[in-house]
Amino acid sequence: MANILVYALHYEGAFNKNSLGAVSEAAKLAGEIGGEAHAIVLGENVPRDLAATLGRYGAKKVLVAEGPEGLAQPLVDAMAKAIADGGYSYALFGGGLLGFEIGAGLAARLGAGVVMEVTAVRAEGGKLIAERPILGDSAISEIEYRSPVGIVIGRLNAFEIRETGDADAAVEDLSFELSPQATRAKMLIRGEQRGADVDIEGADILIAGGRGLGKAEGFKLAEDLAAAFGSNAAVAATRAVVDAGWYPYAAQIGQTGKTVAPKLYLAAGISGAIQHKVGMQGSENIVAINKDANAPIFEFSDLGVVGDLNKILPKLTDAVKAKKAG
Amino acid sequence: MKICVLVKEVPDAAVEKRLDPSTGRMDRSGEKNLNPYDTHAIEAAMQIREGGAAPVEEIVAVTMGPESAVRALHKAVSLGADRSIHLSDPVLAGSDVAATGYALAKTLETESPDLVLLGQQSDDGECYTIGAVVADHLGMPSLTQVIKMDVADGGLRCERQAEYGYDTVQVEMPAVISVGDAINEPRYPSLKAIMGAKKKPLQSMAAADAGIDTGKVGGDNSAAHWTAAKAPPAKAAGEIIEDEDTGETVEKILAWLDERKLI
Repeated sequence: MANILVYALHYEGAFNKNSLGAVSEAAKLAGEIGGEAHAIVLGENVPRDLAATLGRYGAKKVLVAEGPEGLAQPLVDAMAKAIADGGYSYALFGGGLLGFEIGAGLAARLGAGVVMEVTAVRAEGGKLIAERPILGDSAISEIEYRSPVGIVIGRLNAFEIRETGDADAAVEDLSFELSPQATRAKMLIRGEQRGADVDIEGADILIAGGRGLGKAEGFKLAEDLAAAFGSNAAVAATRAVVDAGWYPYAAQIGQTGKTVAPKLYLAAGISGAIQHKVGMQGSENIVAINKDANAPIFEFSDLGVVGDLNKILPKLTDAVKAKKAG
Repeated sequence: MKICVLVKEVPDAAVEKRLDPSTGRMDRSGEKNLNPYDTHAIEAAMQIREGGAAPVEEIVAVTMGPESAVRALHKAVSLGADRSIHLSDPVLAGSDVAATGYALAKTLETESPDLVLLGQQSDDGECYTIGAVVADHLGMPSLTQVIKMDVADGGLRCERQAEYGYDTVQVEMPAVISVGDAINEPRYPSLKAIMGAKKKPLQSMAAADAGIDTGKVGGDNSAAHWTAAKAPPAKAAGEIIEDEDTGETVEKILAWLDERKLI
């Protein structure tokens, strides 16, 4: 039977939004290829009632596996077992770090075809075809699977969350054995927040800073500009500068950070890598300031300014202040 | 310990990348540089060696690719690897991620490394995934996108950013670790190292030398089959201002924002 198995990531009693999107998408696709969408949840004492809520997004069945949370390899083992037990033609993952790791490990284990960064999937003749943007999103490839199981790893926010189901899903225990490699990595600290807790999701205007700000102190320019706009503005950051310790994790946009869609997104010194783009491309107006005229961000900004931040931002801050005052 | 670093030749960022319309695959004819993410993996290996927490006997750069990929190995050696291995065979052409990972894992098996390092992504294609594929074939624990790594308690203490914040994970060796670009600042090779790179041992291997099952590699045996490519939906190009007179530039930005009622 052409069932689709979806990994659902949960943390502190809630499912990840990208996982909910993946379950919704799998339910739709399974209907088109004559199968069902089943989800798999792995953790320590996963609440059954939490697992059952995936039925609202279209999952007919949820497999609950007992194992260490937050690492990929236990899930490779669990999903390989579920697939070996039969009935699955595809495994689907929403965007995010763990999905990439699990999907890739599963592809190796099963000798299965895997496609990552998938932005759309369609059913054709009872099979799924994945669409993946390549070459800096300048082209979209279509990929079909020639293996008994096909693995689809979505790009962040690729799959829309749809509450289509009206009943709880059936919950079943899945017993499986951990592979030796899965027992040789241990989570010591999970989900550590670094830096101040700031809110960027509620802001209408985001001034986002990247490497081009030069150093941690460079964020002062972004903060001054945000302050000039007023209380509906906040400062966001790219992963590179958060990992470098320039700005708090809570302000991070993109792949392992937040997804935002403000009225105005002003990117200062951000080159525009895909991992950043997926977190902010829903913004209503995108303005980019970068000294590199070839920066990818100019390809998806509404207004691009090629120039030196250190010259432009202070003057822009003064001008916005004057405009507000006047 | 022995560290193997997986490296890859990618198109130079300055060169326009394109698809071969006849195959729908990437045209790799213009490739000519070491994947910039891989330089962080080599630097991470060097820092373990220089840090002294564990003795490193050897750092071996490993790549799979056509003849030209030798240049990526020379670069890797100039950055600190002691020797290199070049897996090259026409039967490997067109391998997808899963097949490439399998072939690399078979090649690594011939070296029995204690640690396999790689960059978190390649500049041109397979995002984040090759490390996890290699690890499963080798039966090694694995972690990707690591931004801090220390030898501790006989293993590696790794930190990375995941969905809900920063995770700290203790990984036993042998292990496969892919590193993010925040982990270090790669050094520049000295002129002497660049000149000496071609004299360091470079071993060429064919698929059979590594015990690769040719039925599992190459375009025809890859399970993910690229059928077609199309153009993305057209998006209207944005307006561009070149900053010559900053006062004027700021006025233009302000007018643009004002028009859209954003101030």
